[in-house]
Amino acid sequence: MDGIFLQQMINGLTLGSVYGLIAIGYTMVYGIIGMINFAHGEVYMVSAYLAAIAIAVLGFFGVHSFPLVILGTLIFTIVVTGVYGFAIERIAYKPLRNSTRLAPLISAIGMSLILQNYVQLSQGARQQGIPTMLEGSLRLHVGEGFVMITYTKLFIIAAAIAGMLALTFIIQRTRLGRMCRATQQDRKMAQILGINTDRVISYVFVIGASMGALAGVLITLNYGTFDFYAGFIIGIKAFTAAVLGGIGSLPGAMLGGLILGVAEAQFSGMVNTDYKDVFSFSLLVLILIFRPQGLLGRPQVTKV
Amino acid sequence: MPVSTSSIDIKKSLIDSVMAGLIALIVFGPIVGVVLQGYDFNLQFDRVGWMVLVVMVGRFALSLFLQTSRGAVVLQSFESPAGGVGVLPPDYKSRLRWILPVLVLLAVAFPFFANKYLLTVVILGLIYVLLGLGLNIVVGLAGLLDLGFVGFYAIGAYGLAMGYEYLGLGFWSMLPLSAILAAFAGMLLGFPVLRMHGDYLAIVTLGFGEIIRLILNNWLAVTGGPNGMSAPAPTFFGLEFARRAKDGGTPFHEFFGISYDPNLKFLFTYAVLFLVVLLVLYIKHRLTRMPVGRAWEALREDEIACRAMGLNHVLVKLSAFMLGASTAGIAGVFFATYQGFVNPASFTFFESALILAIVVLGGMGSTIGVVIAAFVLTVAPELLRSFADYRVLLFGILMVVMMIWKPRGLIRINRIGIAPRKGVAP
Repeated sequence: MDGIFLQQMINGLTLGSVYGLIAIGYTMVYGIIGMINFAHGEVYMVSAYLAAIAIAVLGFFGVHSFPLVILGTLIFTIVVTGVYGFAIERIAYKPLRNSTRLAPLISAIGMSLILQNYVQLSQGARQQGIPTMLEGSLRLHVGEGFVMITYTKLFIIAAAIAGMLALTFIIQRTRLGRMCRATQQDRKMAQILGINTDRVISYVFVIGASMGALAGVLITLNYGTFDFYAGFIIGIKAFTAAVLGGIGSLPGAMLGGLILGVAEAQFSGMVNTDYKDVFSFSLLVLILIFRPQGLLGRPQVTKV
Repeated sequence: MPVSTSSIDIKKSLIDSVMAGLIALIVFGPIVGVVLQGYDFNLQFDRVGWMVLVVMVGRFALSLFLQTSRGAVVLQSFESPAGGVGVLPPDYKSRLRWILPVLVLLAVAFPFFANKYLLTVVILGLIYVLLGLGLNIVVGLAGLLDLGFVGFYAIGAYGLAMGYEYLGLGFWSMLPLSAILAAFAGMLLGFPVLRMHGDYLAIVTLGFGEIIRLILNNWLAVTGGPNGMSAPAPTFFGLEFARRAKDGGTPFHEFFGISYDPNLKFLFTYAVLFLVVLLVLYIKHRLTRMPVGRAWEALREDEIACRAMGLNHVLVKLSAFMLGASTAGIAGVFFATYQGFVNPASFTFFESALILAIVVLGGMGSTIGVVIAAFVLTVAPELLRSFADYRVLLFGILMVVMMIWKPRGLIRINRIGIAPRKGVAP
């Protein structure tokens, strides 16, 4: 194996773990109310801004040690983005629970336009950035070349794994997770059994947004720059990851994210960087044609 | 459910208002209040204050209103989605009989008193009418959410530019060819996806629109990349509208012995475009009364029932998808010839969203509504340039509010009922 392949593998795993985190938001919402939350990509974008704001404000108060800054940024971003998720669901989706099938989708597109434009108007259209937080890297010699793994990338992979473990714990072991799973399986039955399904749906949006926020902080740490349009492309890619893994399935979203990230990184390393987005979107179309239920998903059953 | 006429609970409204204000503070506070300046920031908390205040007052008023008996009626109308199509009595005569000829007369008379600026604005409006009509077939009638409509529009526009550049084809040959090309692209995209659950189509078309734009942007050798390509102007039976014709031909104004007028090109484009819009309106009007049009609407309302009745849902959806795509292709040709050049910047997701906003505002499936909405949404921003920054925000709010308030659009679709013939045994 040569150095470029390994290097792209590392890049792909980093990117893929973040795609997986965002894909969780899509897959959970789809699982519970059966709609594609188009605004989720924008939630990620908002969280990138929130992360930069938190870092700037903490820097202003003289907090510069990496663990403190990252802890503060993560807590702030996840909480505020969670509130965003809650508010979005309340405004744009909850009144449409019994509406036509197209209505929530169009409302979601509207919400996504609102968020983009709102951030653009309040923060300006220019690109924003954060300073490098974690410097240095590991160098591994492979053959005649070498592979560079920055500490940021290691941190991202570790944080993504931690986030996914925390989520798995919430879903599998807690009362809230049990309510989520019950609502996902049969909303009406869950309601009969005394679960406040409206509240559970709100929680799902908050959890999805929080995972998106974690992804937003991590991607911002890695690339350092973002703008108000950043959520669009990443949103479609994370959705691709969710479909690849089987929409509605949590492990599927994580697996799909990793596969998509690695495939994309290898494509840009070996073929062409300009067409890496085209590659991902084509992948989405191909998956939908040949395996619409994804890798870990169940085949779709149409209910009357 | 009977509407209970309980007294108004101000305490509840106050709590609602405070909760909404708290959420607004958390949501707006950081993004609006702390504006990033490089790695630094400056504070603008006055803006946050105003926004939170507006939210609190709005929520309070809404909460109070919903507690009144009138509010309860409004609330109940949201609970149940309004039925599909209104049916009018068989002998109903629409007032449109009188309005439509007047509109056509206005449109015919329009070029005689319009200046160039007004003409170009109206041409743009008509192009969006065409786009809106095309998407209305897909979204409004067939109920398929197509978020990459701009992709077919781009295929039409680049079809003209590339046909001219590489094949030497002009406006008139590319007009049908682009429509066929766009329809073919629609078939390639739609055939695999339409077999599946409707929501996937939305995201696949979203990806498709982006793929088309990225290819146009990156394939420098063929598409000219971000710089774009030039597109030919229309000709009148081979006569050009330029001051001097190329290759020793005769320009239009010399052939007819009139003085040269730079507006002639736009006048001609307007005339052709207007005829095409009328034709598309007529075709759509007829289609909705034919079995295939009925099948679109039936599939939109209940897919499972339709399949049980033996409708081939893939073919029916595909026909709507291709027809919409070809309309967008035609609109693209007009756009290219009107602008004189095309570049990828004209085909962003925002365009798709704008066309979707036209269809949403105009009413799903309503033709006249789409025509009005297309003009309102494209001409109004031209007139209100100072609001240009808020345009996208308004579109977004429009989509959300329309979906909550009237998901089937402002203008309700009505259909004239059929009376059984007298003297026939039931």
